[in-house]
Amino acid sequence: MDDLPEKKDPKRKPKSGMSRRNFLKISGVSAVAPFAAPLIAATSVLEVEAQAATGMQGPGKVPVTLNVNGKNLNAQLEPRVTLLDALRDQFELTGAKRVCDRGTCGACTVHLDGKAVYSCSVLAIDAQGHQITTIESLSQDGKLHPLQQAFVDNDAQQCGFCTPGFVMACKAFLDHHPNPTMEQIKHGVSGNFCRCGTYAGIRAALMQAAKTAKGA
Amino acid sequence: MADNERDYSWPAPEKRSLIGKRLNRVDGPLKAAGKAKYTYDVHPPGMLFGKGVRSPYAHAKVASIDTSAAEKMPGVKAIHIIQGPGSEIQWAGDYVVEVAAVDEPTARDAVRAIKVEYQPLPHFLDDFTEPKNLPEDNGPLSPRDIFNMLDDDDPESTKRAVSAIQQRGIKFQVTPQLVERMKSNEVPEEVIKALQSAPMKEEQKTDSPYQKEAETVKGDPDAAFKQAEVISEGVYGCPVITHCCMESHGSIAEWTDDNHLMVHISTQNISASAPQYFQALSIPAGNVHIHQDHIGGGFGSKFGVDRWDIAAANASKKAGGKPVRHMLERDAELEMAGSRPSFYGRVKVGAKKDGTLVAWESHTWGTGGPGSAGAPQVPYVVNVPAIRRQYVNVRTHTGPARAWRAPSHPQACLITMGALEDLAAKLQMDPVDFLLKNIELTGTRANVYSEELKIASELMGWKQKWRPRGQNGSGPVKRGLGVSIHTWGGRGHSSDCALTLHPDSSVDIKMGTQDLGTGTRTAILMVAADSLGIPMEQIQLNIGDNQYPPSGPSGGSTTIGGVSASTRRASVDALHALFEKIAPALGAQPGDLEAANGKIQVKGNPAKSMSWKNACARLGAQPIQVVGKNPGPGNLIDSGVGGAMMADVSVDTETGIVKMNKMVCVQDCGLVISMKTAESQCYGAMIMGIASTLYEEKIMDPQTGRMVNPTMDFYRLAGIGDVGDLVVHMMTGKGYDERGPIGLGEPPTVSPMASISNAVANAIGVRVPFMPITPDRVLAALNQGANHAAV
Ligand code: FES
Ligand code: FES
Repeated sequence: MDDLPEKKDPKRKPKSGMSRRNFLKISGVSAVAPFAAPLIAATSVLEVEAQAATGMQGPGKVPVTLNVNGKNLNAQLEPRVTLLDALRDQFELTGAKRVCDRGTCGACTVHLDGKAVYSCSVLAIDAQGHQITTIESLSQDGKLHPLQQAFVDNDAQQCGFCTPGFVMACKAFLDHHPNPTMEQIKHGVSGNFCRCGTYAGIRAALMQAAKTAKGA
Repeated sequence: MADNERDYSWPAPEKRSLIGKRLNRVDGPLKAAGKAKYTYDVHPPGMLFGKGVRSPYAHAKVASIDTSAAEKMPGVKAIHIIQGPGSEIQWAGDYVVEVAAVDEPTARDAVRAIKVEYQPLPHFLDDFTEPKNLPEDNGPLSPRDIFNMLDDDDPESTKRAVSAIQQRGIKFQVTPQLVERMKSNEVPEEVIKALQSAPMKEEQKTDSPYQKEAETVKGDPDAAFKQAEVISEGVYGCPVITHCCMESHGSIAEWTDDNHLMVHISTQNISASAPQYFQALSIPAGNVHIHQDHIGGGFGSKFGVDRWDIAAANASKKAGGKPVRHMLERDAELEMAGSRPSFYGRVKVGAKKDGTLVAWESHTWGTGGPGSAGAPQVPYVVNVPAIRRQYVNVRTHTGPARAWRAPSHPQACLITMGALEDLAAKLQMDPVDFLLKNIELTGTRANVYSEELKIASELMGWKQKWRPRGQNGSGPVKRGLGVSIHTWGGRGHSSDCALTLHPDSSVDIKMGTQDLGTGTRTAILMVAADSLGIPMEQIQLNIGDNQYPPSGPSGGSTTIGGVSASTRRASVDALHALFEKIAPALGAQPGDLEAANGKIQVKGNPAKSMSWKNACARLGAQPIQVVGKNPGPGNLIDSGVGGAMMADVSVDTETGIVKMNKMVCVQDCGLVISMKTAESQCYGAMIMGIASTLYEEKIMDPQTGRMVNPTMDFYRLAGIGDVGDLVVHMMTGKGYDERGPIGLGEPPTVSPMASISNAVANAIGVRVPFMPITPDRVLAALNQGANHAAV
């Protein structure tokens, strides 16, 4: 079970040790998955914690402080604003993309305390007190991270809209699986979609990045 | 030397420094760093958030609109009625009222506070049931009806068309332009004459959702079926699917003054968007500035300026010119922003015992929403000698169709290749042998297909792996192989390339084109750098703005042909001007010079040379500015490609789950400019095709008239673990390169459905007739097959 990733939820470990997409696959339902909704409630634990810590919030704007890429950023936000929208519309960190806006596609993936989360499914107020890492911090001084370079080398992107989310998902996956097998890759980043169809490149990029990391 | 004598032709293989190489895409680092700016990311100061009230009914009249509560809400800056009382809504989710507010939550609340009353009207959504009770086909003819009636090989068809025109009349104007077009398409003189004197008639209004197109008859299908020794009959089809671009449709519109509009828009059509604002807002097209750096997917759905884009511009005007961003939310995107027409058909096809195809008959239908779906032409690619075909367009109250990669081809290919593989199974022939046996029926590209099928077979291991139907193992999991071939046109669109050589040795290019992720930037730079003999990094490329010289929309695989040809011509012209400047200094004639490795040198005498930098320095104050055009002098591009695809699947006959093992794509696209991004087009096409074969369907609820699955958890795409191994082989070298670059966005998207569905049939021994091939459909097909066997 160790090779199956629990990357989307920083707190909760599903008992089955299965990713959501895996669960759908195993249940034999390919097009319609009526039970997807409860499984994406990745924020529930955080939500409870946040309320306990801060009391009831809203419905008007409240002050919010987010630690993003090592910096504290402040804004006045309604409690219903997601982490994704806060990053994009308040702080101009537009690497994370809004695509499905309900925890399916992974285009909004960022790291919360080193784990990949769908930032569209985390409220900004709940992300307070956590270390948020976005794609913008991955390349330093204009130099791409080896994983990003591997995306470039293997043409793991076409339109590129899914790419930042994929890079962040792959980064978290590699952090936990430094020597991935192809089977692990197929499960490990199956929480992200690409419409242009760049999966062949992404698989190759993950293999290359793992090798580079070992060589380093 | 006059322009028309100048040699623009592509460099010979040994002279190509970059063309055809496997290089990284030039905007790859920006995208991987998350720093590429898309329309959705644009956020000018003071920007308002636009959102719309959308109709819950598929068909209704707007009765009344009350915006008073929303107007009073703090933060609401503009309310604009898009479709006022009396308007007729034709599909669920269509926009009725636009609001713009200071932030998104407020805009959302304002939408909820607006009260719209509707008078619901009956809707029709059923495109799946075979059309019955068709209206009589004695109404006036459309141009397509006439086209359908004509058959080059059958002189009788001209007579039939003339008498139909005289009896039924026509429903279109015969303009001089149309006559020109018909002449160039070799429409017989008698038909054109008949049209010019034909009575114009109004089409009878009918309540029927069905529009029957004129039947096409070629040869003598009745006699041919009598000669057929084996006949196969079947039904096939695929539902409406959506484009589901990752970046939804939308724009940010801002009136910079009373008469100037700045628009950031997610579009495949930079150069021709401004006139669409003129049509809607009467603002001169020259006053509309269109800009886009990157686009998050289009696939044919982003050519037009849409209702919501115009609404954003209207809302901006009402808000004193402040920028208004309206990007569609996912449900709106899936409901309205593009769908691919469905196509269903009942097919009968006959052959001799040795596999020689003799006859085809098909009754097909499909929907493209309220308008026309555009009848896919069957049989596809394989031109069976005797044909009878009939198509019925079904009008439904669903979001309108838009071009979807290779419009009509995947659907036509599915039905044709499905019917042919069923026939091959009945003949007990290997379907590859069956295709090869009939390959002459594919016409001019027969050799291309033969060569590709051979290569694909090797890459797939077809000979070793293929088993006849019903012989794919005794366990519950059956393995099967499928094959399909396809074509596409793709001649280059018109394109202007403005290229400047500066005295400081830098080069810049400006073009009003766009890079959809297909690698357009990379290809332009490879052509320019290869032609000028300098590194790509030395060239500054500017695209994505309508202030640059125009290029056509990126659709129909016409971009690479257009931009590579205009860039090549611009580069050759600029070099020529540079040669003229420096020839005296090298003691040579301009015609004796060539550019290579960052130098200008005398041909055959590289010792006599000048560095690029020194050469440009001799320009003095005056840069060299040229505009290369397509079309233009020299034969640089062509049209028409062939491709072959094979699929290897495993099907669990107990659960009905289909697993992709492997796919092989062998594709011709003339001269490959950028190998890596070309291969990516093929990988992507296979993956998209896997999704449309196994998962995708726009499911409509007949009761409510709404889409049941307008979210990405219920509208499922393929994931990284769903696609199996993928192999791509590009055809290159003699026979291909000399044709020049031909577009690649469409062709490899055509065959996936056909090849995978054939592989499933081969695996389980029965045809799963309709896409997507979901587990329930596999099990149903197996059940039915068993029943058939029992009877
Ligand atoms: S936008 Fe967050 S998962 Fe799709
Ligand atoms: S590269 Fe376009 S969606 Fe992935």
